[in-house]
Amino acid sequence: MPKRTSLFDAHVTANARMVDFGGWDMPINYGSQIEEHHAVRQGAGMFDVSHMTVVDIQGPRSRGFLSYLLANDVAKLKTPGRALYSCMLNEQGGVLDDLITYYLDESCFRLVVNAATREKDLGWIELQAQAFDIAVLERSELAMIAIQGPLARQVVLDWLPGDQVSEVEELRPFCAAQLGELFIARTGYTGEDGFEVSLSPELATIFWNYCLDAGVAPCGLGARDTLRLEAGMNLYTQDMDEHVTPLESGLSWTVALDDERAFIGRDALQQQIVAGIDRKLVGLVLQGRGVLRPGQRVVTTSGDGVITSGSFSPTLQRAVGLARIPQKAMHNCQVDIRDKLFDCNIVRPPFVRNGGVCEGIL
Amino acid sequence: MSDIPSQLRYSDAHDWISIEENGRARIGISDHAQQELGDLVYVELPTIGDEFSQGDSCAVVESVKAASDIYTPVSGKVTAINEDLDADPSIINSDPYGGGWLFEIELSDDSELGGLLDAEAYTALLDV
Repeated sequence: MPKRTSLFDAHVTANARMVDFGGWDMPINYGSQIEEHHAVRQGAGMFDVSHMTVVDIQGPRSRGFLSYLLANDVAKLKTPGRALYSCMLNEQGGVLDDLITYYLDESCFRLVVNAATREKDLGWIELQAQAFDIAVLERSELAMIAIQGPLARQVVLDWLPGDQVSEVEELRPFCAAQLGELFIARTGYTGEDGFEVSLSPELATIFWNYCLDAGVAPCGLGARDTLRLEAGMNLYTQDMDEHVTPLESGLSWTVALDDERAFIGRDALQQQIVAGIDRKLVGLVLQGRGVLRPGQRVVTTSGDGVITSGSFSPTLQRAVGLARIPQKAMHNCQVDIRDKLFDCNIVRPPFVRNGGVCEGIL
Repeated sequence: MSDIPSQLRYSDAHDWISIEENGRARIGISDHAQQELGDLVYVELPTIGDEFSQGDSCAVVESVKAASDIYTPVSGKVTAINEDLDADPSIINSDPYGGGWLFEIELSDDSELGGLLDAEAYTALLDV
């Protein structure tokens, strides 16, 4: 029996089609995932992301611990409220998970990791924490709602009590604030502006219903996937896993190798750099009609690759994908769809940001 | 709840079949099938004149979510395809039994119709 979030009844009331996602009974759509996708690009949409795993790292040595645990460097988190995207690697440099770290204060950092990798992540974090005097506290009591789109911030600002508005209004991208029992972060997984709000289940239901009345479209995992794909954001297990490093997953920018900081996986990454990185993760845009899908073979003049994520892009009105291909492959390739080869352009993600198609995509 | 018109025949692969006035079979996917697939974004139809045996893969419908093969529920020669779907596959979502038809076949073996489900049997199949 899959787990239910505190908003399960709200989903059923809104006619959601529910699916099992990583052990959770989650909405895939509320009718049309394409309409939900457009709502986020053009107005505001909301997602129940309460299934995500929230873990607080507590104690005076929290920063030192995360400095060792993560491939990105928490030293970049200089002011409380700042957030940092990072991979968590194994000793071989393989990606155990990707996550966001929020710097709350010097004795508390909040991690948000994937739902499907919860047990593996918690086990790994607790194992590594043994050498540090820190506490690992899962916050499974929290619900989380992502509200995204050009109109999303205003809806949240209108909902907040007057004395909290200015602090949230001033939040910059990739920053968060704790306001009483509300934790509000200006982050997301769609390529649009908006907030991710962590709150109690009781307040989550109130907030969800307020947003519904304000015209925010409830959106399911289907739209979440096409939105993040257009935004060029990796999905763990699909675009990367323990068998690839961030350097072959389009995530070199998240690996901080500038100084001598010791972190798990560093030696393996440096060996890979010396040996040469054979593969890269790129964006593909299908030139004709059809749909790109994970697993399809990519044919390039430098050898074959594979599509890791692919779908129909509602914004571009054509198929796009992420693919892992030989490092030397450039400009064009072909994709094998049902034993026929179709031309694709090789592009640099993202495909779409803030409602518009990025330069060089079409 | 999905719509299951009583005058149509169905296959257990969630296709519908109607016998047109010219005696040809018109084929599409059921309301249940379009709901399961979600928003349709691409359709690959057979070519007029192609001949298929019952159960052959003869078309592909793709939603945002997944690609799905269409296996013809009857044998015969393709006499018409729904070219409107090229420009707008979402007609299948909005009107699966009308404007969302896929192709027509000239039956080569009328007896195959006897093996298809009526609306009552198809309803029972969905209720399982």
